[in-house]
Amino acid sequence: MWRFIGYRLLQAIPVILAVITVTFFLVRAAPGGPFDSEKAVIPEVRAALEAQYRLDQPLLQQYAAYLGDLAQGELGPSFKYPGRSVNELIAAGLPVTAELGFYALLVAIIIGGVAGVIASLKPNTAQDYIPMSVAMIGICMPSFLLGPLLVLVFGIYLDWLPVSGWGDIPGDKILPAITLGSTYAAYIARLSRAGMLEVMSQDYIRTARAKGLPEWQVVTRHALRGGLIPVVAFLGPAFAGLLSGSFVVETIFQIPGLGRFYVQAAFNRDYTMILGTTVFLSTLIVLFNLLSDILAAWMNPRLRAQFREQ
Amino acid sequence: MALLEVHNLGVSFVTRNGTNKAVDDVSFSVESGQITAIIGESGSGKSVACYSLLGLIPQPPGRIDGGRALFGGRDLLQLGERELRKIRGRDIAMVFQDPMTCLNPYMTVGKQLMEPLRYHQNVSPADARRRALELLEEVGIRDPESTIDNYPHQFSGGMRQRVMIAMALINEPQLLIADEPTTALDVTIQAQILQLIAQLQRKRDIGVIFISHDLAVVADIADQIVVMQKGKIVESGDRTGIFQQAQHPYTQKLLSAIPADSKHSELLPAEPLIRVRELCTWFSQGHKQPPLQAVNKVSFDIRRGEVLGLVGESGSGKSTIGRSILRLVPVTSGQVDFDGTDVTALQGRELKKMRRRMQIIFQDPFASLNPRMTVYDTLAEPLLLHGIETRKTVAQGVLKLMDDVGLARHFVRKYPHEFSGGQRQRIAIGRALATRPEFIVADEPVSALDVTIQAQILDLMQALGREYGLTMLFISHDLAVVRHLADRILVLHQGEVVETGSGQELFEHPQQDYTKSLLASIPGRSLLQ
Amino acid sequence: MSSEAIVDIAQAEQGTSLWQDAWLRLRRNRLALFGLGVLTLFIVIALLTPWIAPYGYAEQDLDLGASAPSATHWLGTDIFGRDLLTQIMYGGRISLAVGFVATAVALLIGVTWGAVAGYAGGRIDAVMMRFVDILYALPFMIFIVLLMVVFGRNLLLLFLAIGAVEWLTMARIMRSQVQTLRQQEFVEAAVSLGLAPSTIIRRHLIPNALGPIIVYTTLTIPSVMLLEAFLSFLGLGIQPPQTSWGLLISYGAETMEEYPWLLLFPGMALTLTLFSLNFLGDGLRDALDVRGSRD
Repeated sequence: MWRFIGYRLLQAIPVILAVITVTFFLVRAAPGGPFDSEKAVIPEVRAALEAQYRLDQPLLQQYAAYLGDLAQGELGPSFKYPGRSVNELIAAGLPVTAELGFYALLVAIIIGGVAGVIASLKPNTAQDYIPMSVAMIGICMPSFLLGPLLVLVFGIYLDWLPVSGWGDIPGDKILPAITLGSTYAAYIARLSRAGMLEVMSQDYIRTARAKGLPEWQVVTRHALRGGLIPVVAFLGPAFAGLLSGSFVVETIFQIPGLGRFYVQAAFNRDYTMILGTTVFLSTLIVLFNLLSDILAAWMNPRLRAQFREQ
Repeated sequence: MALLEVHNLGVSFVTRNGTNKAVDDVSFSVESGQITAIIGESGSGKSVACYSLLGLIPQPPGRIDGGRALFGGRDLLQLGERELRKIRGRDIAMVFQDPMTCLNPYMTVGKQLMEPLRYHQNVSPADARRRALELLEEVGIRDPESTIDNYPHQFSGGMRQRVMIAMALINEPQLLIADEPTTALDVTIQAQILQLIAQLQRKRDIGVIFISHDLAVVADIADQIVVMQKGKIVESGDRTGIFQQAQHPYTQKLLSAIPADSKHSELLPAEPLIRVRELCTWFSQGHKQPPLQAVNKVSFDIRRGEVLGLVGESGSGKSTIGRSILRLVPVTSGQVDFDGTDVTALQGRELKKMRRRMQIIFQDPFASLNPRMTVYDTLAEPLLLHGIETRKTVAQGVLKLMDDVGLARHFVRKYPHEFSGGQRQRIAIGRALATRPEFIVADEPVSALDVTIQAQILDLMQALGREYGLTMLFISHDLAVVRHLADRILVLHQGEVVETGSGQELFEHPQQDYTKSLLASIPGRSLLQ
Repeated sequence: MSSEAIVDIAQAEQGTSLWQDAWLRLRRNRLALFGLGVLTLFIVIALLTPWIAPYGYAEQDLDLGASAPSATHWLGTDIFGRDLLTQIMYGGRISLAVGFVATAVALLIGVTWGAVAGYAGGRIDAVMMRFVDILYALPFMIFIVLLMVVFGRNLLLLFLAIGAVEWLTMARIMRSQVQTLRQQEFVEAAVSLGLAPSTIIRRHLIPNALGPIIVYTTLTIPSVMLLEAFLSFLGLGIQPPQTSWGLLISYGAETMEEYPWLLLFPGMALTLTLFSLNFLGDGLRDALDVRGSRD
């Protein structure tokens, strides 16, 4: 198993390196320099600035230097907020985004998993149709539409919940978490339903019933594990989706997280910030994909045994 | 009083397309200490009848129409789910067909084994484990201490079926229902499992219902036999009664479907059509691992007009030999001469010409036909490809082939999914004959078919073989079938030839131990002699 | 004699092909039919928009400003007095076009890539699929945002970028289809008949691989449309003077407290389309009996 994890980690390295390289050159290839928007910078100041950001060096040298910085965990200074580094901005935004993402994932897994399993137990009945129709709405109602609608209904018309901020007023975390989590709850509901239906049609479920186990034990002891493997494998992609979803949700609810920084950096053309955040987020996503793959493999004894032999 | 008495059981399935009576007015009884076999082909209702007793049929679409099933003074059909659950796995236990899919792959064998014990009886974990180990030992699992915590995939098919049997017996039930428990297994393993079931049954003096499609399988172990067809019981009685004085034509048909004779081969001209020399076909198994030596240094001849039988268990490499001769898998080394030409060296146009002369018939008639082509398209394709018929005459050619293989002409524009297994196999035979081949590889052509259909297809192949003057390589795991059809038989074991001889020679004077064990495993040997 | 045979065959009862079977099953699925109907309607409207839109695209009535739905403006007007129905119709053209064109790009690349890898097998397959695996691991959403920032908001680039993400799954599905089919005995039978590889691909592989591809294509279109709307909402996708449903939703969200219809109607248009596509996709999946292609 450890060998498998090591092997997959090794595989992740070229991916991360590719991300860094592509991002770096893409950003450098962008038309217009970072200081173009500021009016009439004195040439000397400009030269000093460029020297500070190493823009006066040849591209490859810049790239090498950037890799060197990265190796030390240094993501570089921000273009737009002089004196602040990308590291500091990430350090400020990450805890907020992580908390938001955690709640959203919780919403997604609990609501989605329960709804999917319940639906799968009585396929093609109301118990199946109702949660699955709601899930379909969740999939077709993107966060950037659901968010404003929730704000409109619960924040403005009913005035039950705060509509912006993060941790300032009690309850202000509820709407963002639901908005961000709903789509993934819907996906997880569909995935777990399909997975459970697949497993429940297997011969070994019949064996379990022939043993005289009550239905709930058949489900919990024999079906759940196999049925939920697809959900676990989906957590990696879901995590990536949550991160990009946080761009929108943090914008809608004015939450000072990483997602909003990223969107602002994109608009401000704060290149080092974009570069740093992209590299950081990408690495995170690659690692989480890895984690969910390993977890899904771990849940399957057959695969586990194969890895042990490797 | 009988252990189980079933009276006038009826079960239907209600679907959108109407109600289908799966079990109709079925009555039988099972005595303690006896094995009752229920025999029938697929769709005869034999499994449904037994599953419905334990409430294991999903309702809907299933529906119990009526009847009584008396077990221990109670009518099983009147019991609620809660009471039935107490009986399932405690008083009545089950063993299923496919041991590869019937064990939970995510749970260790030990846990699954102990589950019925822990659920039905108040047994401490330590006691349960001890009991599980005892039973594993009893069903013939070697070194249970070290294998009890393994997962199912670490066991072979036969071993898994032993585990299933141990699991069924762990609560010492009064009645065991075994649903085709040996159908998915190799012959030698099948013989072992049959023996095991009979032995455990005698020792415990319990009742067993043994469901099977194959009369031969139960010939040695059954006390009572019930024959079902289309949801109804057509005949029942004790073993000798059924085997010696079967009354119903269907039972007689089932009995005659067991081929019992060796083919008497006339002396053939010695000229071989096919010479296989030192044939090796290996498959790579990913790097760092040694290749799988599916076929290893195999040499034999097939004379013109001869039917050569190739016998072996799964994994013996018998199918790979057939596919190697036809160049459907890449040959690692060795030589395959067809009428003086080395087939392994052919390329392009030459290969295409050669392909016309040799064809193949596969096992699974559901996978061997393109589901999106009509009979007409399937049969016209080879006729046109090799210029056997022109666009003008192809329709006639197709109909001629259909006549030859016994398919009604009005089926010509139907698709494969609209046919039964036997009909599909006829289409596949027609396609193989379309190129007017000299040589045909028949790879288990009847093992996916019901017994009575098997006999029809075998007869058809024999007749066509004569009519078309075919040379044939007949691959099968079923010795009885091969003996009936083949002039000579080749016994294969782990990729190598073990023994060769005529059917009579092999059956009466087997030389090698492996052949002997194979022969000893043939189900229903008593019927063959 | 030969003409008799032809007559015989012509008179034989026509079998039901799997496609006909699938169509019969689809016809029984009301939701899928509803989806198909709505989708057809929206596509027709999108094609005819320049001729049937109630107002001109750029027409505005600054004096009117934002007005609630009325007899003259069925869905109301925005703050510049532009007719919302007209805006939604023109926005729909872009949204649907992005959905269909980007999916077509994905289909073309993915199917070719997957078919070649699956048929070639061995080392070629390993290399080709390894490449797909690596791309799969890349966080594409972030990359698309980056592309949009760096190269400006360009419709063509958007097509390519989205298509480039979605082809990966298509390639995987196609490859696994081809691989499974290649092991099928009817393909082996075709080989032993002596058919050329191109004929085998054309007659035996493609018709049988089509089902999953159709289903997945139907389900890719909505996810592409979502992606476009997502980017447009952030201001990184379609930009004025063009418009799309995502952009309209973004405007609507800004002024929803005063003029909620500006959010509701574009939202409904998008949601209804996504619903239709998903229902149709699910219905096709059931009708064509495709399993495990996605969730």
